Amino acid sequence: MSVTGRKADEVRSDSSKLRKQFGRTKVREMFEFRGEHTVVVKLGALEEVLGYCRSVLGYEFLLDVSSVDNMGDDPRFEIVYELATTDDRKHLRVKAPVAEGEEVPTAVHLWKTANWHEREVYDMMGLKFKGHPNLKRILMWEGYPYYPLRKEFPLAGKPSEMPDVAFSGIAPLEGGPFVTSPGTDRVRGEPRAKGES
Amino acid sequence: MSVATENPAQMLSHAAYDSKVEGNIIFTRLDSAINWMRKNSLWPMPMGLACCAIELMATGAARFDISRFGAEVMRFSPRQADVMIVSGTVTYKMALAVRRIWEQMPEPKWCIAMGACASSGGMYRSYAVLQGIDQLLPVDVYISGCPPRPEALLEGLMKLQRIIEGETPIKDQIAGIREATS
Repeated sequence: MSVTGRKADEVRSDSSKLRKQFGRTKVREMFEFRGEHTVVVKLGALEEVLGYCRSVLGYEFLLDVSSVDNMGDDPRFEIVYELATTDDRKHLRVKAPVAEGEEVPTAVHLWKTANWHEREVYDMMGLKFKGHPNLKRILMWEGYPYYPLRKEFPLAGKPSEMPDVAFSGIAPLEGGPFVTSPGTDRVRGEPRAKGES
Repeated sequence: MSVATENPAQMLSHAAYDSKVEGNIIFTRLDSAINWMRKNSLWPMPMGLACCAIELMATGAARFDISRFGAEVMRFSPRQADVMIVSGTVTYKMALAVRRIWEQMPEPKWCIAMGACASSGGMYRSYAVLQGIDQLLPVDVYISGCPPRPEALLEGLMKLQRIIEGETPIKDQIAGIREATS
Protein backbone atom coordinates (compact mmCIF):
# COMPACT_ATOMS: atom_id res chain seq x y z
CA MET A 1 0.00 0.00 0.00
CA SER A 2 1.26 3.49 -0.85
CA VAL A 3 2.35 5.98 1.78
CA THR A 4 -0.59 8.27 0.98
CA GLY A 5 -2.90 5.29 1.32
CA ARG A 6 -1.60 4.56 4.79
CA LYS A 7 -1.97 8.23 5.73
CA ALA A 8 -5.58 8.28 4.53
CA ASP A 9 -6.30 5.12 6.52
CA GLU A 10 -4.91 6.68 9.65
CA VAL A 11 -7.01 9.82 9.28
CA ARG A 12 -10.08 7.71 8.44
CA SER A 13 -9.64 5.75 11.63
CA ASP A 14 -9.20 9.06 13.51
CA SER A 15 -12.56 10.22 12.16
CA SER A 16 -14.28 7.06 13.29
CA LYS A 17 -12.58 7.31 16.68
CA LEU A 18 -14.08 10.79 17.03
CA ARG A 19 -17.50 9.47 16.06
CA LYS A 20 -17.20 6.61 18.57
CA GLN A 21 -15.99 8.94 21.33
CA PHE A 22 -18.55 11.70 20.88
CA GLY A 23 -21.53 10.13 19.12
CA ARG A 24 -23.71 11.28 16.25
CA THR A 25 -25.16 14.33 17.96
CA LYS A 26 -21.75 15.89 18.52
CA VAL A 27 -19.85 14.64 15.47
CA ARG A 28 -22.54 15.23 12.89
CA GLU A 29 -20.83 14.49 9.62
CA MET A 30 -17.66 12.87 8.37
CA PHE A 31 -16.65 12.93 4.74
CA GLU A 32 -13.72 12.50 2.45
CA PHE A 33 -13.02 14.44 -0.70
CA ARG A 34 -9.93 13.73 -2.83
CA GLY A 35 -8.08 12.28 0.12
CA GLU A 36 -8.94 15.15 2.47
CA HIS A 37 -10.88 14.27 5.58
CA THR A 38 -13.39 16.56 7.21
CA VAL A 39 -15.50 16.18 10.31
CA VAL A 40 -18.36 18.54 11.07
CA VAL A 41 -19.11 18.91 14.75
CA LYS A 42 -21.67 20.74 16.85
CA LEU A 43 -20.40 24.11 18.07
CA GLY A 44 -21.08 23.09 21.66
CA ALA A 45 -18.80 20.08 21.27
CA LEU A 46 -16.05 21.88 19.39
CA GLU A 47 -13.87 22.49 22.42
CA GLU A 48 -13.83 18.86 23.58
CA VAL A 49 -13.40 17.50 20.06
CA LEU A 50 -10.42 19.75 19.41
CA GLY A 51 -8.98 18.86 22.80
CA TYR A 52 -9.34 15.15 21.98
CA CYS A 53 -7.66 15.67 18.59
CA ARG A 54 -4.80 17.47 20.28
CA SER A 55 -4.15 15.20 23.23
CA VAL A 56 -5.32 11.72 22.15
CA LEU A 57 -5.09 11.69 18.36
CA GLY A 58 -1.83 13.64 18.30
CA TYR A 59 -2.69 16.60 16.09
CA GLU A 60 -0.15 18.90 17.70
CA PHE A 61 0.00 21.37 14.82
CA LEU A 62 -2.77 23.84 13.97
CA LEU A 63 -2.24 24.96 10.38
CA ASP A 64 -5.01 27.49 10.07
CA VAL A 65 -8.28 28.76 11.46
CA SER A 66 -10.66 30.26 8.95
CA SER A 67 -14.32 31.02 8.60
CA VAL A 68 -16.97 30.89 5.90
CA ASP A 69 -19.95 33.18 5.46
CA ASN A 70 -22.87 31.22 3.98
CA MET A 71 -25.16 34.23 3.81
CA GLY A 72 -28.80 33.21 3.63
CA ASP A 73 -28.23 29.87 5.34
CA ASP A 74 -28.98 29.19 8.95
CA PRO A 75 -26.63 28.91 10.77
CA ARG A 76 -24.90 31.56 8.72
CA PHE A 77 -21.22 31.05 9.52
CA GLU A 78 -18.87 28.14 9.66
CA ILE A 79 -15.55 27.95 11.46
CA VAL A 80 -12.84 25.74 10.05
CA TYR A 81 -9.79 24.30 11.81
CA GLU A 82 -7.00 22.69 9.81
CA LEU A 83 -5.22 20.21 12.03
CA ALA A 84 -1.98 18.42 11.21
CA THR A 85 0.97 16.71 12.77
CA THR A 86 4.44 18.23 12.72
CA ASP A 87 5.78 15.24 10.75
CA ASP A 88 3.08 15.87 8.12
CA ARG A 89 1.76 12.35 8.58
CA LYS A 90 -1.91 13.27 8.65
CA HIS A 91 -4.21 16.20 8.10
CA LEU A 92 -7.74 16.62 9.45
CA ARG A 93 -10.25 19.40 8.92
CA VAL A 94 -12.72 20.17 11.69
CA LYS A 95 -15.70 22.39 10.92
CA ALA A 96 -18.48 23.73 13.08
CA PRO A 97 -21.51 25.81 12.08
CA VAL A 98 -21.86 29.11 13.93
CA ALA A 99 -25.12 31.04 14.03
CA GLU A 100 -25.16 34.83 14.08
CA GLY A 101 -24.43 36.10 17.59
CA GLU A 102 -23.01 32.77 18.77
CA GLU A 103 -19.58 32.68 20.37
CA VAL A 104 -16.90 30.18 19.43
CA PRO A 105 -14.80 28.64 22.21
CA THR A 106 -11.16 29.66 21.83
CA ALA A 107 -8.47 27.11 20.98
CA VAL A 108 -5.60 29.19 22.33
CA HIS A 109 -5.05 26.88 25.29
CA LEU A 110 -4.64 23.96 22.85
CA TRP A 111 -2.51 25.63 20.17
CA LYS A 112 -0.89 28.98 20.89
CA THR A 113 -0.94 29.82 17.20
CA ALA A 114 -4.73 30.01 17.39
CA ASN A 115 -4.29 33.40 19.03
CA TRP A 116 -3.59 35.38 15.87
CA HIS A 117 -5.72 33.21 13.61
CA GLU A 118 -8.74 33.78 15.80
CA ARG A 119 -8.04 37.48 15.92
CA GLU A 120 -8.03 37.53 12.12
CA VAL A 121 -11.34 35.66 12.00
CA TYR A 122 -12.75 38.15 14.48
CA ASP A 123 -11.37 41.09 12.50
CA MET A 124 -12.56 39.98 9.07
CA MET A 125 -15.74 38.04 9.85
CA GLY A 126 -16.81 39.32 13.24
CA LEU A 127 -17.02 35.97 15.02
CA LYS A 128 -16.29 36.32 18.70
CA PHE A 129 -14.15 33.82 20.62
CA LYS A 130 -15.02 32.96 24.19
CA GLY A 131 -11.98 32.89 26.44
CA HIS A 132 -9.54 34.47 23.98
CA PRO A 133 -6.79 36.28 25.93
CA ASN A 134 -6.51 39.25 23.57
CA LEU A 135 -9.45 39.48 21.20
CA LYS A 136 -8.86 42.66 19.23
CA ARG A 137 -8.49 43.46 15.57
CA ILE A 138 -5.27 42.38 13.94
CA LEU A 139 -5.33 43.83 10.40
CA MET A 140 -7.80 46.69 10.58
CA TRP A 141 -7.53 49.23 13.35
CA GLU A 142 -9.35 49.02 16.64
CA GLY A 143 -12.57 50.98 16.15
CA TYR A 144 -13.15 50.14 12.47
CA PRO A 145 -16.91 49.61 12.36
CA TYR A 146 -17.24 46.81 9.75
CA TYR A 147 -16.24 43.21 9.10
CA PRO A 148 -14.88 43.30 5.54
CA LEU A 149 -15.10 39.63 4.60
CA ARG A 150 -18.80 39.31 5.33
CA LYS A 151 -20.89 38.89 2.20
CA GLU A 152 -22.90 42.06 2.66
CA PHE A 153 -19.74 44.17 2.75
CA PRO A 154 -18.99 45.70 -0.67
CA LEU A 155 -15.58 45.08 -2.27
CA ALA A 156 -15.11 48.84 -2.71
CA GLY A 157 -15.36 49.36 1.03
CA LYS A 158 -17.39 51.77 3.11
CA PRO A 159 -16.45 55.20 4.40
CA SER A 160 -15.52 55.42 8.05
CA GLU A 161 -13.77 57.98 10.18
CA MET A 162 -11.84 57.74 13.43
CA PRO A 163 -10.10 61.03 14.16
CA ASP A 164 -6.30 60.72 14.61
CA VAL A 165 -6.41 56.95 14.07
CA ALA A 166 -7.57 56.15 10.57
CA PHE A 167 -10.26 56.71 8.01
CA SER A 168 -11.48 54.76 5.02
CA GLY A 169 -13.27 55.57 1.77
CA ILE A 170 -14.87 53.91 -1.21
CA ALA A 171 -12.60 52.63 -3.96
CA PRO A 172 -13.71 53.39 -7.51
CA LEU A 173 -14.41 50.09 -9.25
CA GLU A 174 -15.24 51.57 -12.69
CA GLY A 175 -17.37 48.73 -13.93
CA GLY A 176 -15.52 46.16 -11.90
CA PRO A 177 -14.96 44.01 -10.00
CA PHE A 178 -12.21 42.68 -12.19
CA VAL A 179 -12.87 39.04 -12.86
CA THR A 180 -11.31 36.30 -14.92
CA SER A 181 -13.24 34.42 -17.59
CA PRO A 182 -12.41 30.77 -17.11
CA GLY A 183 -12.68 28.43 -20.09
CA THR A 184 -11.72 31.01 -22.71
CA ASP A 185 -8.27 31.47 -24.21
CA ARG A 186 -5.62 32.97 -21.98
CA VAL A 187 -5.73 36.49 -23.39
CA ARG A 188 -9.51 36.79 -23.19
CA GLY A 189 -9.47 35.06 -19.81
CA GLU A 190 -7.36 37.84 -18.24
CA PRO A 191 -9.01 39.72 -15.37
CA ARG A 192 -11.05 42.58 -16.81
CA ALA A 193 -13.89 44.85 -15.77
CA LYS A 194 -17.03 43.27 -17.06
CA GLY A 195 -19.93 45.40 -18.15
CA GLU A 196 -20.28 49.08 -17.44
CA SER A 197 -16.80 50.46 -18.02
CA MET B 1 35.80 94.09 -4.84
CA SER B 2 36.84 97.52 -6.02
CA VAL B 3 40.23 99.13 -5.70
CA ALA B 4 40.17 102.91 -6.03
CA THR B 5 43.32 103.86 -7.83
CA GLU B 6 44.34 105.47 -11.07
CA ASN B 7 47.48 103.48 -11.57
CA PRO B 8 46.78 99.98 -13.04
CA ALA B 9 50.22 98.74 -12.04
CA GLN B 10 49.60 99.72 -8.44
CA MET B 11 46.24 97.92 -8.54
CA LEU B 12 47.79 94.68 -9.67
CA SER B 13 50.46 94.80 -7.04
CA HIS B 14 47.94 95.27 -4.25
CA ALA B 15 48.83 92.69 -1.63
CA ALA B 16 45.24 91.82 -0.67
CA TYR B 17 44.11 91.18 -4.22
CA ASP B 18 44.45 87.68 -5.54
CA SER B 19 44.23 87.79 -9.32
CA LYS B 20 43.52 84.06 -9.46
CA VAL B 21 40.09 84.67 -8.05
CA GLU B 22 38.92 86.12 -11.35
CA GLY B 23 37.86 82.81 -12.87
CA ASN B 24 36.28 81.54 -9.66
CA ILE B 25 33.50 84.07 -9.23
CA ILE B 26 30.06 83.41 -10.60
CA PHE B 27 27.41 86.10 -10.73
CA THR B 28 23.88 84.82 -10.26
CA ARG B 29 20.63 85.56 -8.55
CA LEU B 30 20.16 84.37 -5.00
CA ASP B 31 17.06 82.40 -6.06
CA SER B 32 19.07 80.47 -8.63
CA ALA B 33 21.88 79.80 -6.18
CA ILE B 34 19.48 78.50 -3.56
CA ASN B 35 17.61 76.38 -6.11
CA TRP B 36 20.88 74.97 -7.40
CA MET B 37 21.90 73.93 -3.90
CA ARG B 38 18.50 72.49 -3.09
CA LYS B 39 18.06 70.47 -6.21
CA ASN B 40 21.47 68.86 -5.96
CA SER B 41 21.14 67.78 -2.35
CA LEU B 42 17.65 66.32 -2.14
CA TRP B 43 17.72 64.02 0.86
CA PRO B 44 14.98 61.45 0.50
CA MET B 45 12.70 60.15 3.21
CA PRO B 46 12.25 56.59 1.95
CA MET B 47 8.61 55.78 2.68
CA GLY B 48 8.98 52.21 1.49
CA LEU B 49 5.66 50.43 1.94
CA ALA B 50 5.65 47.65 -0.64
CA CYS B 51 7.51 46.22 -3.62
CA CYS B 52 8.29 49.69 -5.05
CA ALA B 53 10.65 50.04 -2.10
CA ILE B 54 12.77 47.26 -3.61
CA GLU B 55 13.18 49.34 -6.76
CA LEU B 56 13.91 52.36 -4.58
CA MET B 57 16.70 50.38 -2.93
CA ALA B 58 17.99 49.31 -6.33
CA THR B 59 18.02 52.98 -7.34
CA GLY B 60 20.13 53.73 -4.31
CA ALA B 61 22.57 50.93 -5.01
CA ALA B 62 25.67 51.04 -7.21
CA ARG B 63 24.21 50.07 -10.59
CA PHE B 64 21.75 52.96 -10.84
CA ASP B 65 23.41 55.13 -8.21
CA ILE B 66 21.02 57.85 -7.13
CA SER B 67 24.00 59.76 -5.71
CA ARG B 68 24.74 61.00 -9.23
CA PHE B 69 21.83 63.34 -8.54
CA GLY B 70 22.81 64.18 -4.98
CA ALA B 71 19.91 62.22 -3.52
CA GLU B 72 21.74 59.29 -1.97
CA VAL B 73 21.40 60.42 1.62
CA MET B 74 18.36 58.38 2.65
CA ARG B 75 17.23 59.84 5.94
CA PHE B 76 15.13 57.65 8.14
CA SER B 77 14.50 60.67 10.28
CA PRO B 78 11.92 62.91 8.63
CA ARG B 79 13.49 65.96 10.27
CA GLN B 80 16.55 65.64 8.06
CA ALA B 81 14.73 64.86 4.83
CA ASP B 82 13.72 67.03 1.86
CA VAL B 83 11.75 64.73 -0.39
CA MET B 84 9.41 61.97 0.65
CA ILE B 85 9.38 59.11 -1.82
CA VAL B 86 6.14 57.25 -1.16
CA SER B 87 6.99 53.90 -2.69
CA GLY B 88 4.28 51.35 -2.23
CA THR B 89 0.71 50.64 -1.24
CA VAL B 90 -0.66 53.04 1.35
CA THR B 91 -3.27 51.26 3.42
CA TYR B 92 -5.79 53.25 5.39
CA LYS B 93 -4.16 51.93 8.52
CA MET B 94 -0.81 53.41 7.44
CA ALA B 95 -2.19 56.57 5.85
CA LEU B 96 -2.23 58.84 8.88
CA ALA B 97 1.24 57.64 9.90
CA VAL B 98 2.54 58.70 6.47
CA ARG B 99 0.81 62.03 6.92
CA ARG B 100 2.37 62.48 10.35
CA ILE B 101 5.87 61.73 9.05
CA TRP B 102 5.26 64.20 6.23
CA GLU B 103 4.30 66.85 8.76
CA GLN B 104 7.53 66.21 10.68
CA MET B 105 9.61 67.04 7.62
CA PRO B 106 10.90 70.64 7.65
CA GLU B 107 10.14 73.04 4.80
CA PRO B 108 11.02 73.17 1.98
CA LYS B 109 9.81 69.67 1.17
CA TRP B 110 8.63 67.78 -1.86
CA CYS B 111 6.84 64.52 -2.47
CA ILE B 112 7.24 61.86 -5.12
CA ALA B 113 4.44 59.30 -5.49
CA MET B 114 6.32 56.31 -6.82
CA GLY B 115 4.31 53.68 -8.65
CA ALA B 116 0.66 52.94 -9.34
CA CYS B 117 -0.34 52.27 -5.72
CA ALA B 118 1.02 55.48 -4.25
CA SER B 119 -0.38 57.47 -7.17
CA SER B 120 -3.88 56.05 -7.37
CA GLY B 121 -4.27 52.91 -5.28
CA GLY B 122 -3.13 50.88 -8.28
CA MET B 123 -4.64 47.45 -8.59
CA TYR B 124 -5.91 47.60 -5.02
CA ARG B 125 -9.48 48.76 -5.57
CA SER B 126 -10.20 47.65 -2.06
CA TYR B 127 -11.68 48.60 1.28
CA ALA B 128 -8.22 48.60 2.84
CA VAL B 129 -6.17 50.81 0.51
CA LEU B 130 -6.01 54.59 0.21
CA GLN B 131 -6.72 55.48 -3.43
CA GLY B 132 -3.68 57.72 -3.94
CA ILE B 133 -1.44 59.46 -1.43
CA ASP B 134 -2.40 62.81 -3.02
CA GLN B 135 -5.56 62.63 -0.91
CA LEU B 136 -3.34 63.38 2.08
CA LEU B 137 -0.19 65.15 0.85
CA PRO B 138 0.67 67.52 -1.99
CA VAL B 139 2.45 65.36 -4.58
CA ASP B 140 4.95 67.01 -6.92
CA VAL B 141 5.84 64.11 -9.17
CA TYR B 142 3.91 60.94 -10.01
CA ILE B 143 5.80 57.98 -11.41
CA SER B 144 3.89 55.34 -13.35
CA GLY B 145 4.80 51.69 -13.22
CA CYS B 146 4.09 48.65 -11.15
CA PRO B 147 6.72 48.87 -9.89
CA PRO B 148 8.57 51.56 -11.87
CA ARG B 149 12.09 50.67 -12.93
CA PRO B 150 14.93 52.54 -11.24
CA GLU B 151 15.41 54.61 -14.42
CA ALA B 152 11.84 55.82 -14.03
CA LEU B 153 12.50 56.90 -10.45
CA LEU B 154 15.63 58.75 -11.58
CA GLU B 155 13.59 60.41 -14.33
CA GLY B 156 11.07 61.45 -11.69
CA LEU B 157 13.86 62.82 -9.54
CA MET B 158 15.19 64.84 -12.49
CA LYS B 159 11.66 66.15 -13.10
CA LEU B 160 11.55 67.25 -9.49
CA GLN B 161 14.93 68.97 -9.94
CA ARG B 162 13.49 70.89 -12.88
CA ILE B 163 10.50 71.88 -10.73
CA ILE B 164 12.87 73.16 -8.06
CA GLU B 165 14.84 75.15 -10.66
CA GLY B 166 11.69 77.15 -11.39
CA GLU B 167 10.96 78.03 -7.78
CA THR B 168 11.37 81.52 -6.30
CA PRO B 169 12.38 80.97 -2.66
CA ILE B 170 13.43 84.56 -1.88
CA LYS B 171 10.34 86.09 -3.44
CA ASP B 172 8.19 83.58 -1.58
CA GLN B 173 9.91 84.39 1.68
CA ILE B 174 9.44 88.12 1.24
CA ALA B 175 5.81 87.58 0.35
CA GLY B 176 5.47 85.44 3.46
CA ILE B 177 6.97 88.14 5.67
CA ARG B 178 4.71 90.79 4.10
CA GLU B 179 1.68 88.62 4.71
CA ALA B 180 2.68 88.01 8.31
CA THR B 181 3.28 91.70 9.09
CA SER B 182 0.29 93.16 7.25
